Amino acid sequence: MKISVGRGSCGNAAGAGEIFELLENGVAALGVDCPVSVVGCIGACYLEPIVNVLSRNGETRTFVKVTPDAVAGILQYVASSQQSAAAAFEISPKDLENIETQQRIALRNCGIIDPENIDDYVAREGYAAIEKCVKTMTPEQVIEEMKLSGLGGRGGAGFPTWFKWNAARQAEPAPFPRSDSCEQTSARHDGSHKALNKKYIICNADEGDPGAFMDRAVIEGDPHAMIEGMLIAAYAIGSDEGIVYVRAEYPLAIVRLEKALEQARTMGFLGNNLFGSDFSFDIRIKAGAGAFVCGEETALIASLEGERGMPRLKPPFPAQKGYWQKPSNINNVETFANVPWIIRNGGEAFAAIGTENSKGTKVFALTGKIANGGLVEVPMGQTIRDVVYGVGGGIKDGKNFKAVQLGGPSGGCIPAELIDTVIDYKALAETGAIMGSGGMVVMDESTCMVDMARFFLDFTCKESCGKCTHCRIGTRRMLEILERICGGDGREGDIELLSDLAEQIKEGSLCALGQTAPNPVLTTLRYFRNEYEDHILRKKCTARQCKPLLTYTIIPEKCVGCTLCVRACAFGAISGEVRKPHMIEQEKCTKCGACVAACKFDAIEVV
Amino acid sequence: MSCDCGNNLKISDSDIDVSLLEPTLVKYADVSGSLITILQKAQDLYGYLPADLLMYISRRIGVKPAKVMGVVSFYTQFRTKPAGKNLILLCQGTACHVNGSADIEDAIRECLKIEEGEISDDGLFTYNNVACLGCCSLAPAMMIGDKTYGNLTKKSTVEVLESIAKEES
Ligand SMILES: Cc1cc2nc3c(=O)[nH]c(=O)nc-3n(C[C@H](O)[C@H](O)[C@H](O)COP(=O)(O)O)c2cc1C
Ligand code: SF4
Ligand code: FES
Repeated sequence: MKISVGRGSCGNAAGAGEIFELLENGVAALGVDCPVSVVGCIGACYLEPIVNVLSRNGETRTFVKVTPDAVAGILQYVASSQQSAAAAFEISPKDLENIETQQRIALRNCGIIDPENIDDYVAREGYAAIEKCVKTMTPEQVIEEMKLSGLGGRGGAGFPTWFKWNAARQAEPAPFPRSDSCEQTSARHDGSHKALNKKYIICNADEGDPGAFMDRAVIEGDPHAMIEGMLIAAYAIGSDEGIVYVRAEYPLAIVRLEKALEQARTMGFLGNNLFGSDFSFDIRIKAGAGAFVCGEETALIASLEGERGMPRLKPPFPAQKGYWQKPSNINNVETFANVPWIIRNGGEAFAAIGTENSKGTKVFALTGKIANGGLVEVPMGQTIRDVVYGVGGGIKDGKNFKAVQLGGPSGGCIPAELIDTVIDYKALAETGAIMGSGGMVVMDESTCMVDMARFFLDFTCKESCGKCTHCRIGTRRMLEILERICGGDGREGDIELLSDLAEQIKEGSLCALGQTAPNPVLTTLRYFRNEYEDHILRKKCTARQCKPLLTYTIIPEKCVGCTLCVRACAFGAISGEVRKPHMIEQEKCTKCGACVAACKFDAIEVV
Repeated sequence: MSCDCGNNLKISDSDIDVSLLEPTLVKYADVSGSLITILQKAQDLYGYLPADLLMYISRRIGVKPAKVMGVVSFYTQFRTKPAGKNLILLCQGTACHVNGSADIEDAIRECLKIEEGEISDDGLFTYNNVACLGCCSLAPAMMIGDKTYGNLTKKSTVEVLESIAKEES
């Protein structure tokens, strides 16, 4: 028998730590041979904490939303194999189907293996792919296999991975170390990057899109998949040093990755002369310091060099001049996690999945107003409807679907009428949104689209590195206009002003942060123009999110005069006699909503 | 041109024991590109980055004060003011925004009587807004120390804060 507890950051936040301890102590008290181990996130975050029990006859029972009270039942099952034990917590057939029908390549091991135990990974053909490369393939053949697979970068742009690898492989060595004229001290190098033919593999684990956590789940749940992907890339381009740039908000991912690297070194999968060849490679971790723009590859490199993370003009591309001016290949975590599978199963097997121009699978972080929030991996070519209403289980609380936001602050929204759009780089781009890195935020009728646009502009405005005037000041001007509209001071002509500014920012910005910053505004203008008009012309927010546009009134027929609201209102805006209908004085009302929360009779109307 | 203003400054704040940072400086002072790593270690040690300490780092690793300050001000992780004993990172990412993180911020502000970045009267708390903790499926979420709290409501937020305050007293 074996127990595993899902302990990604999400599981821990849902209380998996306590469950784990209770199970461990319980098993010890029973005195049975049943190790309790940690696994990463299986993706069904809405069911967390999740406990799997693998019985002697190979049968697995999955218990979900496990509370401390449920632990006794699970222990009883462990002790007696009695099926009725803890049955109330057993996963429902529908939820199980949601997990099992996904096609998992990048997440193949997440939630199944113990990320802190390399043997688990090796047992599932781990490190077989890099061994195959080193022993039986030339670097060119590896790149050719990647070309066959059609894998596109999962960091957002979908750029063909093989192409970048090939460019880095063929890049001329850069003979001179960086000559930074105004900073004398930065010419002091530690020497390692002076080697003439030095090349770097960099893994982008900055995952800045607020509302996405695919990369965190991979690192926390299956770090070796990413490490092996980096090894294969290193072999292909001829690099001996890798760096993983992880965002600072992911402390658990950093701890797991450190352990994984240590174990890989001990087992001889990282270090010198791997598999008896002259191929050597090792990886180190660099923790980010909190800047969204550092996800952009040239900014990431600047940050690695200890500078402010500001993008620079391309070309030269990192494949030509990257970290310390040396050829560097940057890929996303999910991109790397796909690579070992491709090498083991062949590029053609990967290319057989998906659509004409988007191959393989894509991981999405389903969040927002969705019933089954979590991670899903689906083949390209499924529709948004498949994801939202299939695995996603539809909208929370039975509300109506309004839109999904794809690609975070660089992306756009796809409205309900386009819900049958297929997941494919080209098809999504045609809607004005992008595939992005995999954030899929679901919105229902209670989400105000103008407020969403304001939210994203607020984000990009804060995260602009400040290099380009259009991005730095233009986004601020757009934000001011949107704040005005949400605040009830929208003016005629604002929509035109926003569209005009959007075009200018797109053209006048150096990096994709600025170039794509207007997308959330442009797509909401395209699909939800009526909401802008409601805000500006009629001073109404139909989703009831923009507080300054709301009016709170008491419905006299429903009010019983219980005075609860009077006591709830901190601003003395409500008056009336006991047992008689009350009144809200509009001048004093701050629209805080305290009265609505207090009223037991649904007597307060918000319009 | 190089500027030497950093050389004339001495550590005046006697509260700062710079020797704590010595091992880090010895390890990284000559490794180029380590400024961010040094600052991260310093912040771990001292809780924040006082101006005097930045001057000291600048002098020790031979990077101009303006550049050190430039890096510190660029990254949101770095703080130049002290924080309360428990740093609350309140997520304002997309998923949390859609699920009502603004209300959670109100609850924190009302409960602790502080604005973002300030220290509560008892010195126990500071809160900062951050963009995404990677627990979006449990939105709205916040992180205190290395513990993450999900599916927050105004009520549960206040309960978390109160239980921490109680433990501390
Ligand atoms: C503002 C900005 C933020 C980005 N953030 C990320 C990120 O967090 N993670 C990521 O993998 N790529 C990010 N990218 C894309 C990277 O620049 C780069 O294209 C990617 O890491 C390349 O890897 P891939 O080819 O495997 O996708 C970002 C780009 C921009 C412009
Ligand atoms: S577009 Fe914005 S983020 Fe990008 S380089 Fe210019 S100012 Fe910086
Ligand atoms: S948006 Fe709040 S945790 Fe991701």
